[in-house]
Amino acid sequence: MQRNSIVAHATDTTATGTTRRDFLMLATGAAGAVGIGAVVIPLISQLAPDAQVLAAGAPMDLDLAPIAEGQAIKLFWRGKLIFARHRTKKEIDEALAVDISTLRDPQTDLQRTKPGHEQYLIVYGNCTHLGCVPLGNAPGDPKGDFDGWFCPCHGSHYDSSGRIRKGPAPLNLPVPPYAFTADTKIKIG
Amino acid sequence: MSGHSSYVPKTGIERWLDARLPIVRLMHDSAVSYPVPRNLNYLWTFGGILMFMLVAQIVTGIILTMHYTPNSLLAFASVEHIMRDVNYGWLLRYLHSNGASMFFVAVYVHIFRGIYYGSYKAPRELLWILGVVIFLLMMATAFMGYVLPWGQMSFWGATVITNLFSALPVIGETIVTFLWGGYSVDNPTLNRFFSLHYLLPFMIFGVVILHIWALHVVGQNNPTGVEVKNVQKDTVPFTPYATIKDIFGMVVFTFVFAYFVFYQPNFMGHADNYIPANPAVTPSHIVPEWYFLPFYAILRAIPDKLGGVLAMGAAIVVLAFLPWIDTSKVKSMSYRPIARQLFWAFLAVCIALGYLGAMPAEGGYVTASQIFTVLYFGFFVVLALVGIFEKPRPLPTSIADSVLANLKGASGVQLATAAAEPNVKG
Amino acid sequence: MKTSTFRLALTGLATGLALAAATVSVQAAEGGVKPPAQHWSFSGPFGTFDRAQLQRGFKVVKEVCANCHAMNLGNAVRMRNLAQPGGPEFTPGQVMALAATYQVTDGPNDQGEMFQRPGRPADPFPAPFPNEQAARAANGGAFPPDLSVLAKARTYERGFPTFIFDIFTQYQEQGPDYITAVLTGYAKPPEGFPPLLPGQNYNNYMPGHLIAMPQPLQDGQIEYPKGADGKPQVPETVHQYAEDVSAFLVWMAEPHLEARKRLGFQVMIFLAIFAGLLYYTKKKVWARMPDGSPAH
Repeated sequence: MQRNSIVAHATDTTATGTTRRDFLMLATGAAGAVGIGAVVIPLISQLAPDAQVLAAGAPMDLDLAPIAEGQAIKLFWRGKLIFARHRTKKEIDEALAVDISTLRDPQTDLQRTKPGHEQYLIVYGNCTHLGCVPLGNAPGDPKGDFDGWFCPCHGSHYDSSGRIRKGPAPLNLPVPPYAFTADTKIKIG
Repeated sequence: MSGHSSYVPKTGIERWLDARLPIVRLMHDSAVSYPVPRNLNYLWTFGGILMFMLVAQIVTGIILTMHYTPNSLLAFASVEHIMRDVNYGWLLRYLHSNGASMFFVAVYVHIFRGIYYGSYKAPRELLWILGVVIFLLMMATAFMGYVLPWGQMSFWGATVITNLFSALPVIGETIVTFLWGGYSVDNPTLNRFFSLHYLLPFMIFGVVILHIWALHVVGQNNPTGVEVKNVQKDTVPFTPYATIKDIFGMVVFTFVFAYFVFYQPNFMGHADNYIPANPAVTPSHIVPEWYFLPFYAILRAIPDKLGGVLAMGAAIVVLAFLPWIDTSKVKSMSYRPIARQLFWAFLAVCIALGYLGAMPAEGGYVTASQIFTVLYFGFFVVLALVGIFEKPRPLPTSIADSVLANLKGASGVQLATAAAEPNVKG
Repeated sequence: MKTSTFRLALTGLATGLALAAATVSVQAAEGGVKPPAQHWSFSGPFGTFDRAQLQRGFKVVKEVCANCHAMNLGNAVRMRNLAQPGGPEFTPGQVMALAATYQVTDGPNDQGEMFQRPGRPADPFPAPFPNEQAARAANGGAFPPDLSVLAKARTYERGFPTFIFDIFTQYQEQGPDYITAVLTGYAKPPEGFPPLLPGQNYNNYMPGHLIAMPQPLQDGQIEYPKGADGKPQVPETVHQYAEDVSAFLVWMAEPHLEARKRLGFQVMIFLAIFAGLLYYTKKKVWARMPDGSPAH
């Protein structure tokens, strides 16, 4: 209390001078803060993808006809790995038969393919756990317990629809944006 | 000035830290309670400005490195990539390239201030020599940075400057081959220059810390050159007095800096450096960046290859010996009528050499360069002699006295106003 | 003493500026005549590009210059740049259509072969020649320089003391002035000039007056967009073509010029206000010593 009264007393004696000084200090400090904030903008935004990276993300055409049934290919779009798989009848049936209420990331197979083109599955090719590339594209690869992919890094199993079934990965392999432009031709992006 | 510390830890955490790593005490003693002479003028803000520029160059440089490619086939295009595609890349690159020039503007003001006020004299000899070391490191850094865009001036500047070493007898050619990493300036040269350009600023930073350490041991010189006698009367605490003044100086300096970056970004550069490096064609005039021009003029003034290199080296090294060349006991040239005239003449000689360095090396320009080179070194000889017979004006007894004398000298009507802005009025 | 302090500060500043400026004066090549200064919409602190002019300039470049000159500089310049803000601002659709008119080599494909496909906006401008040797072979030994940063790579001597005034007038259009002058500067050699060899042309503004490039532009050569009355909006003359090309090349060399000047104005205003606040804060702080006595 004693301390407070001293402060109050001091404020009284130099009332006008103190407030003007305080306001000036405050304004200067605020301007400095604004300046530093403004300087940070270019320093941070230069980290974002540059114009060349963005432009390179233009849509890409892909012909699926050369992919034999039961095989898959790898390709890159925007620098990201994509699997394009031509599924067998068995694999499609397995994918459709799953009760999605048992899934960690519930999605039906139909939500992950295009109507009339269910034999083709297009998914991003990096495990949703920590980004390794799952095995299962080449004929001799382990395909995991569910006829899909198996990630060797930490043991995630994906089914023939690219959905996570077992292991540490939290999500299904995402489906990139694409559309069929002809029977076996797609445009990614 | 390294008296006892006035830091008193207030909270428990501060006390805990202070007993283990007294870093807060260090900051307090060197940036808050550190006493600075109360009569410093705005030329003393350039130390802070230089620190600011060093940090700015390191920050922008690290960022440019994230986008630049040190390869002779890709370097030029990668700089253009920064200028066109990277977010704010044009700003960062222009800040860095103009920042180098502004860095040298500030360092030259800093150096000439040191000469005028005799800041190199005892007990500040080592402080001054560390400054010369920083200056040399800055020159090396700036030169290697200029090579990185791999334009015509980059390439030919690198060729000419590295060839300086070939003037050394016997080992010269070998040194040059080692500098190049080949038989000409090429990709290996670019790569090592890039590596060193990244390294040297941190070495500068290290020497700057020594420079500041040495400064805080002996304390700042001041416009009277009279040492602090009574800390109470002669000095003010660094914070807030010097801090606010330094920040004001920095912002005014940044204003000029920003003018060049935004409105004349290529004014201090060379058009030829927007032509990709071509080992088959030399630009019609090879000139270094402006801050090297006086030394370049001295190099060209001597008609002998080795002699020119030695003269240029001597022009820089001689600065380190100033504390012993200057024989006068009086520090500040404000009280040395003859030395003061000599100082302005020396400044004029340096400007003239800078101008001549930019002119073609032919005819009258060469003769003029030779005359001014003699005058450059002549300054140091005459300075040594002047100190012996010059009769200095009487010095004030203390810093406080000189301040009070100025106060009385002012109109006296508006004492408070005069007290508040003594330096701006000049 | 205070006067000398002030003089010291001033001279120090002048030293820096003068030395900085001195370098500019030596850029120029000998034997050239000073190009006349043109009026440019992008000069000065508030300068912006004239979109229509840039679009016309691109038309000239595409129809004339690009037959010999590349404009990609190690793939740093792409066709998509034509649609970005602050430039000619063609619509993305226009750029897409323009890009598709070029055939671009891509690959290798699954068979390991390179193949041709229509260009995309993200592609660099196709070069007229595969390499420098091919360009020289097709141009009588001369190499047509890349146009990407040409407007910043060309200049002429301003001389003392003009180059110091340039700091304040913000004159920095040496490049486009020079390019315009060269494009319009073809003439018959004067009496007594050594006879021209094959592949040499006389130019008033080229340093040394000899230029390998034959006069590239003729009046009426390029059709400009018509106004409502069916007449071209600007004259179809060599001088107009040259100015339009030069303006386009300035944008090509400095695509963020508008953003730079705009941001610059904001920064300068901010710094001026901030410096003013700091000045008065400093004055307040320095009014008194810690013990309350006058500080100065």
